[in-house]
Amino acid sequence: MFIQQLINGLTLGGVYALIALGYTMVYGILELINFAHGEIYMLGAYLGIIFLAFFTTVGLTAYSLPLAMILTFVLSVIFCSAYGFTIEKIAYKPLRNAPRLSPLISAIGVSIFLQNYVMLTQGATDKIFPNLFEKAGIEFIGARVTYTQIFIIAASAVLMLSLNLFITKTRMGKAMRAVAQDKVMASLVGINIDTVISATFIIGSALAAVAGLMVAIYYGLVNYSIGYIAGIKAFTAAVLGGIGSIPGAMFGGVLLGLVESFSAAYISSEYKDAYAFIILIIILFIKPSGLFGKSQEEKV
Amino acid sequence: MYLLEVRDLTKHFGGIRAIDEVWFRAKEGSIMSIIGPNGAGKTTLFNCLTGITRPTKGVISFFDREITRLGRDSIVKLGVARTFQNIRLFREMTVIENVMVSQHCRTRSGLLSAIIRSSSFRDEEKAIREKALEYLELVGLEAYPDTIASSLPYGSQKRLEIAKALATEPRLILLDEPTAGMNPQETGAMMGLIKKLQGLGKTIILIEHDMKVVMGISENIVVLDHGMKIAEGTPSEIKCNPMVIEAYLGKEH
Amino acid sequence: MNTVEHKIQNTSPPPPHPLPQGEGDSFDIPSPSRGEGEGGGGSLNLFLRPLFIALWLALLFLPFRGLKAAVILFIILFAAVSLLKAFKNYAGKIKGGLNGDSDHYFINILRIAVEIYGRCPYLEKLPESKARSTVFILLMSVIVLTLPFYGHDYLIDIAVLSGIYIILAQGLNIVVGFTGLLNLGFAAFYAIGAYSYALLNTKLGLGFWASLPLSLMLVTLSGFILAIPALRLRGDYLAIVTLGFGEIVRLVLNNWDSFTKGPNGIGGIGPPHIFGMRISGIGQFYYFVLIFALLAVFVIRRVAASRIGRAWIAIREDEIASSSIGINTTAYKLYSFAFGAFWAGLAGVLFAAKMQFVSPESFTFMESVLVLCMVILGGLGSIPGVILGSIILVMLPEMLREVQLYRMLALGSGLVLLMIFRPQGLMGGKGVSFRG
Repeated sequence: MFIQQLINGLTLGGVYALIALGYTMVYGILELINFAHGEIYMLGAYLGIIFLAFFTTVGLTAYSLPLAMILTFVLSVIFCSAYGFTIEKIAYKPLRNAPRLSPLISAIGVSIFLQNYVMLTQGATDKIFPNLFEKAGIEFIGARVTYTQIFIIAASAVLMLSLNLFITKTRMGKAMRAVAQDKVMASLVGINIDTVISATFIIGSALAAVAGLMVAIYYGLVNYSIGYIAGIKAFTAAVLGGIGSIPGAMFGGVLLGLVESFSAAYISSEYKDAYAFIILIIILFIKPSGLFGKSQEEKV
Repeated sequence: MYLLEVRDLTKHFGGIRAIDEVWFRAKEGSIMSIIGPNGAGKTTLFNCLTGITRPTKGVISFFDREITRLGRDSIVKLGVARTFQNIRLFREMTVIENVMVSQHCRTRSGLLSAIIRSSSFRDEEKAIREKALEYLELVGLEAYPDTIASSLPYGSQKRLEIAKALATEPRLILLDEPTAGMNPQETGAMMGLIKKLQGLGKTIILIEHDMKVVMGISENIVVLDHGMKIAEGTPSEIKCNPMVIEAYLGKEH
Repeated sequence: MNTVEHKIQNTSPPPPHPLPQGEGDSFDIPSPSRGEGEGGGGSLNLFLRPLFIALWLALLFLPFRGLKAAVILFIILFAAVSLLKAFKNYAGKIKGGLNGDSDHYFINILRIAVEIYGRCPYLEKLPESKARSTVFILLMSVIVLTLPFYGHDYLIDIAVLSGIYIILAQGLNIVVGFTGLLNLGFAAFYAIGAYSYALLNTKLGLGFWASLPLSLMLVTLSGFILAIPALRLRGDYLAIVTLGFGEIVRLVLNNWDSFTKGPNGIGGIGPPHIFGMRISGIGQFYYFVLIFALLAVFVIRRVAASRIGRAWIAIREDEIASSSIGINTTAYKLYSFAFGAFWAGLAGVLFAAKMQFVSPESFTFMESVLVLCMVILGGLGSIPGVILGSIILVMLPEMLREVQLYRMLALGSGLVLLMIFRPQGLMGGKGVSFRG
């Protein structure tokens, strides 16, 4: 039971962490709660179903399942990145010097738009992700671990590690950190702020797309409203870890996944969605800047 | 009689000692200046005095009452007001509203009297408005009560800051670089205003870089360098203090 | 899934690679520094840039609608963007440097349009003339007071709903508009008010007038309780904690079956009585709600124009400066939260009394967003603006009933456009907004 919940929690946590990274990166750079980010995750899940269905009709899935899956992943990631990029250009960029509330409201607008767009075009009922992978798995100290779970945990870990490498080692990653610290200084040393912001949205959206697709495979069902609740939870995870902090988002995501899965198992599953917020309120009460956040002295 | 006493005041930010064991006293009704090179800890000192930053150790007492750990609003209520180096007005409120809201801690009407507009409420509102106009007149802004604060020119914004500070009815006013960015004419007028405040019985401590102002109006000067007090005295004493000259100009001179 | 067949033939050579370096510049908004516009490449840009924008957007919509829809979308977009572009170039020639503080393509186009249509003449000229505003107010009073005599039941029903939302939105206006604290879970207080009355009435048999003070006390108390942990937090953390609070309240209502009957909701809630008279007809209820709405506006106006209201606005403008003039910012934020919650609770009680039924479905996050939209559309901190915003956002979906499916799309894109083109809302504005 314990090990089983641990595995379930890690799976969920990996997904939350991937989405949380998008929130935290955008927040770090623009100080914006990108409310539409959860919808990108939802779009990723839907695109997975759409593309896979297409590959099935053209016969590619029958010919080679791995190839179809890889193409599905690649296309979903490309499209979601394009969505993230475009949303930023249309809805946030014109508001870059506006009061802080404006881009947040704009983001809520984008979120409402995307949710309803998907509901209109894809229907309000659950969509089923074709059950291509048998529920096979391995026994592990009394717990059943499916291959999908292993895949999700491994893929999340790999993506997070590569993101960390990207942020610390590459030119663009360093530029991102510079912009997050001080936009004016960064532009003075010749960093193109617009490019960095676009890159942030593209990377965040790509991670969310992967998360969405993996969840679609894991649960086998998607719905136009999954983005909202997952988005809020992932944001909670980002805040838990201290928003703006990349390791914080990873840690917060995994922590949240574990909390949810254990409390659902040991306390009550009815309030599954509420635990995230209760934990959030408790942690912020004790440490108002999140677990990994730096407490800032107000600037005078 | 000393209005303000600072004993052994220290503030660390991480490993940096922004203020290091500073002692000084300010006499009631006097004008005192705090000078020192950039980064000497002057604004941090003001922040400690007004409760914005909590000191690491030391004691601040105002009228023999310790205020070191009091909240910002309680300190204002006891009679310490300040202005900010980078002006902090209520930008979208009008000039007179800025001064009216600054009388907050000297007024008392509550929710119920505001709703029923009791006579005490109306009297108080009238008094607030009249007093606000008086303060505006004192700083020379009586002609612009209904201008939006953020659209005032820079010099007038600095004056409005002083009117706001006055409106809290303080005994001690802390001015953070009141003449920064002003031309000589404006600086002269600001010196006159500070003198006028002293004439009203206020005690004034100012942070200032313009030596003409410092030497011209202050009775006592405290010099900070790297968070430490390196000298204290009258303008003429400070002028020829070798430590001060070294701090400002370096060893060679 | 027949739509799927079309789409991939077009996408298997993947869409224009969404890398920022390449696309960033071509998709990007023309800025004067790049010498776009009247310069040499003008005619080429006039064609290529709209083409690219239309193609890009059409491609993005492709997977969801199939090839045919994407092509149609492309044609529409291309035409629209080209026209706008041509219009902008034309206007740019006559208007010269209307660029203002923004170099954004779409903004400039709309700015010019607004310029041409004379900048919302009714809204901005009204306050200037006292006589005109008196006439306006008299006319409005007559229309509002006699509504049940000429209005269709359906219209009155919507008016009642508007009245309830006016109270709710004014409550949020106190928190967000005056004090500047973003609350994304305001529907929680609305829910607590509605459920308090529902439970007191159905479980204990208390009447409206007995339940009202109890419910309001409960809601105000919950406002305090939320405020205590929340007020230590900086802006965005506060927003998310309030959102969490809203979700927790909704989940509790949804899952505590034995007490709240869960998702089925509570029915059979009694209507209010006045002097033994049952308020049940929609016309009667209209006047009932109208009185409360007027009371809310009256009280909030007076509080906003008092020492307390000034302290709230000061906190919104600059928290450190507020505490440096002796305002106890924590206490005043607390008041603001509790006072706002009070009105939300009143709205909730009225809602429960009108519907005679409550269920958690009425108190979702979307509800909180809708109320926030009312405040923002009207203008943060503007009391008449928020009234207008509430009425518009209640009426609009009703008027759009024929195209009901698309109204949420319209709401979403409307929010984005509002933020870009008129972020201060219909009646908010510098300085004007705080003299209620």
